[in-house]
Amino acid sequence: MSSVAQKKSFGATLWDWLTTVDHKKIGILYFLGGGFFFVIGGIEAMLIRWQLHKPDNDFVSAGLYNDLITMHGTTMIFLAAMPLLFGFMNAIVPLQIGARDVAFPFLNSLGFWMFFFGGLFLNISWFIGEVPDAGWTSYASLSLASQGHGIDFYAIGLQIAGGGTLMAGINFLVTIINMRAPGMTYMRMPLFTWTTFVASAMILFAFPPLTIGLFLLTFDRMFGGNFFNHEMGGNTIIWEHIFWIFGHPEVYILILPAFGIFSEIFSIFSRKRLFGYPSMVFATVLIGFLGFMVWAHHMFTVGLGPTANAIFAVATMAIAVPTGVKIFNWLLTIWGGSITVTTPMLYALGFIPSFVMGGVTGVMQGAAPLDYQLHDSYFIVAHFHYVIVGGVVLAILAATHLYWPKMFGTMLNEALGKVTFWFFFIGFHMTFLIQHWLGFWGMPRRVWKFMPNQGWDMANLISTIGAFFMAIGVIVLVYNVIITSIKNVKVANDPWGDGRTLEWAIESPPLYYNFAQTPLVRGLDSVWIEKMEGNASGLTPAEPVKDIHMPNGSIIPLLMSLGLFIAGFGAMFRTETEWGLGVLIFGLVFTFIAMAARSLQDDTGYYIKKEEILRDLKRKGGQN
Amino acid sequence: MADIQVYKRTPAEQSLAQRRAKQSMRGQVMMFSLMIFLTLISFSMVVAHEQGVAGFSKYFIVPILMLFAAVQVGLQLYYFMHMSEKGHGIPQMFMFTGALLGFLIPLTFATIVWW
Ligand code: HEM
Ligand SMILES: [Cu+2]
Repeated sequence: MSSVAQKKSFGATLWDWLTTVDHKKIGILYFLGGGFFFVIGGIEAMLIRWQLHKPDNDFVSAGLYNDLITMHGTTMIFLAAMPLLFGFMNAIVPLQIGARDVAFPFLNSLGFWMFFFGGLFLNISWFIGEVPDAGWTSYASLSLASQGHGIDFYAIGLQIAGGGTLMAGINFLVTIINMRAPGMTYMRMPLFTWTTFVASAMILFAFPPLTIGLFLLTFDRMFGGNFFNHEMGGNTIIWEHIFWIFGHPEVYILILPAFGIFSEIFSIFSRKRLFGYPSMVFATVLIGFLGFMVWAHHMFTVGLGPTANAIFAVATMAIAVPTGVKIFNWLLTIWGGSITVTTPMLYALGFIPSFVMGGVTGVMQGAAPLDYQLHDSYFIVAHFHYVIVGGVVLAILAATHLYWPKMFGTMLNEALGKVTFWFFFIGFHMTFLIQHWLGFWGMPRRVWKFMPNQGWDMANLISTIGAFFMAIGVIVLVYNVIITSIKNVKVANDPWGDGRTLEWAIESPPLYYNFAQTPLVRGLDSVWIEKMEGNASGLTPAEPVKDIHMPNGSIIPLLMSLGLFIAGFGAMFRTETEWGLGVLIFGLVFTFIAMAARSLQDDTGYYIKKEEILRDLKRKGGQN
Repeated sequence: MADIQVYKRTPAEQSLAQRRAKQSMRGQVMMFSLMIFLTLISFSMVVAHEQGVAGFSKYFIVPILMLFAAVQVGLQLYYFMHMSEKGHGIPQMFMFTGALLGFLIPLTFATIVWW
């Protein structure tokens, strides 16, 4: 391999991407995969809103409507938001800590392929015509009663994708603990790295409950189990507990990296050190911890009793405190800064009021007596879209603009970026603000149609129009991406001009070994410090130029995931077809053979020679 | 290809390593005896209960057994799995968090689902 650009055949390029273990490429794969599912989930959302744009509409049938809301929620959470965030984490976090890759490059690739095949599995349900239809929460009584294979697709697809997520989480934990450059103490880590760290720790503890819950559901549906079947001594409430023990941490797994992204943006575009950095770190950890103590706020109306409701209500409201600390720190970071309102900054500024509104409605729902009124109404729909769209999606869009140069080496058009923002932002508030009132006016959540003249007609129409605004925003973004890629104007290391952290001191996109020499970190915002002290390169090397050890690519992760994907179909059709059991066994054996191949093969990687690194350095004029 | 680097210890390092190894060996043997001793007590308590010795009621020995079990888990982790040594702070933090969650969640289940 050489860093000099070579023309490669299409086949070779494809093979390169299928076998890659490079965190930057895997980041791009996650980004493309997540982006693809984001568009699918978005189309589902538009169909839902079209069905509801007028009373008594017959655009989709009741059954299809249930399919749409279930797949919309599941796709957006598991297949769009998480992978998109993983894309940025992969692309950026190793650079931020001055590492050459993640701790386990092979596992990283396995995590991606499991997500991808899991997502594919879930969506193949559309072609079979039996689609998950019990909501993204898949409450057990409903999901056990569901006809056809829909819920089986849900259980197995999420099991595969969830395995990938767990691996990715563990990988980031080990990477951040072990692979920080010399001098990068915990209290010098950029906030995006910190939030990735805490989110990964939450994945470590939250995903095993999901795995267990899905296994129990799989056994109940496909192998004659009765864990959730009350007629046979099971307990359907247990699913709700298990789901939310996973589910509430999950929403914080999504929002914490978003907080990290916005922290970077506020600090870069205010040209100031993040205000209250230690309290930001503390708040992040505290949110991560409290996130595990509040799951029953989703179940206030189940009848847990006043004591349990009171305890969980208080715990829920406590989360607002560290969240508030963060909000004030961001405001004080902007305060007195020298602000440039670039597209990412625009998103960040829009995020603060939007997310605060979502947080406030969250606290309202956290008050158990009030939640008896709000539960399962459109108010809930408004709340979680305010936090997820106003928080997570705005962060993803902001990061797409902010990190585009680092990932692809080009700069998205700023004017179009702002057009996207305004369409999306206005559309977002138009869609969801009115839904709070729909909730107050009694419109229940997850209804297929509503009858005219209950006072809901106008509000629903407004909501649908807002959704179209968001869609236009996304289309403009896609257009922006396409023209930027066609023009292909390469940019320098730090195209925003005010980068503070290590990723901005190396090429855009970085060479495949990231850092010619591992950098020495002398404080928070290391590159900024170096630049202020007159070191234009922004980096102080911590070691001489020497050979670099690199991992080899491998196709095995893809094969391992493929085996599980095949086995999934076997499990699903086991009882009703001849081939079911055979396919189940074949798929599992396939995976085990791939695993054995990996274990037996002694792959110690390869070295990049010092000469090559020196040559690259010379080409770049002696700089990193 | 990768050459494995071999590092040769100086005599001073060698003797230090030996001293450390000796110390840790002594600690392990001591802890091992302590654990055997705890196990013996546990068994004798149960036997005493079976024999109907006065004072060894079920409500007395079950909590004590639990306590001993916890102590043994701690000794196991800290002495035999080397958690007492340096550089284990992060694993410890994760284990304690896991243990805490593993305790709290079943507790809530016991109190609000099954009770
Ligand atoms: C101050 C912080 C927050 C509080 C106090 C809070 C509180 C709540 C409560 C009590 C519910 C249950 C309402 C009901 O179903 O009756 C709820 C639902 C929900 N929240 Fe939040 N929340 C907060 C932040 C977030 C964040 C940051 C996210 C995601 C990024 C989020 C996502 C959701 C989702 C998806 C649901 C609905 C789940 C469903 O039933 O399908 N929340 N929230
Ligand atoms: Cu929650």
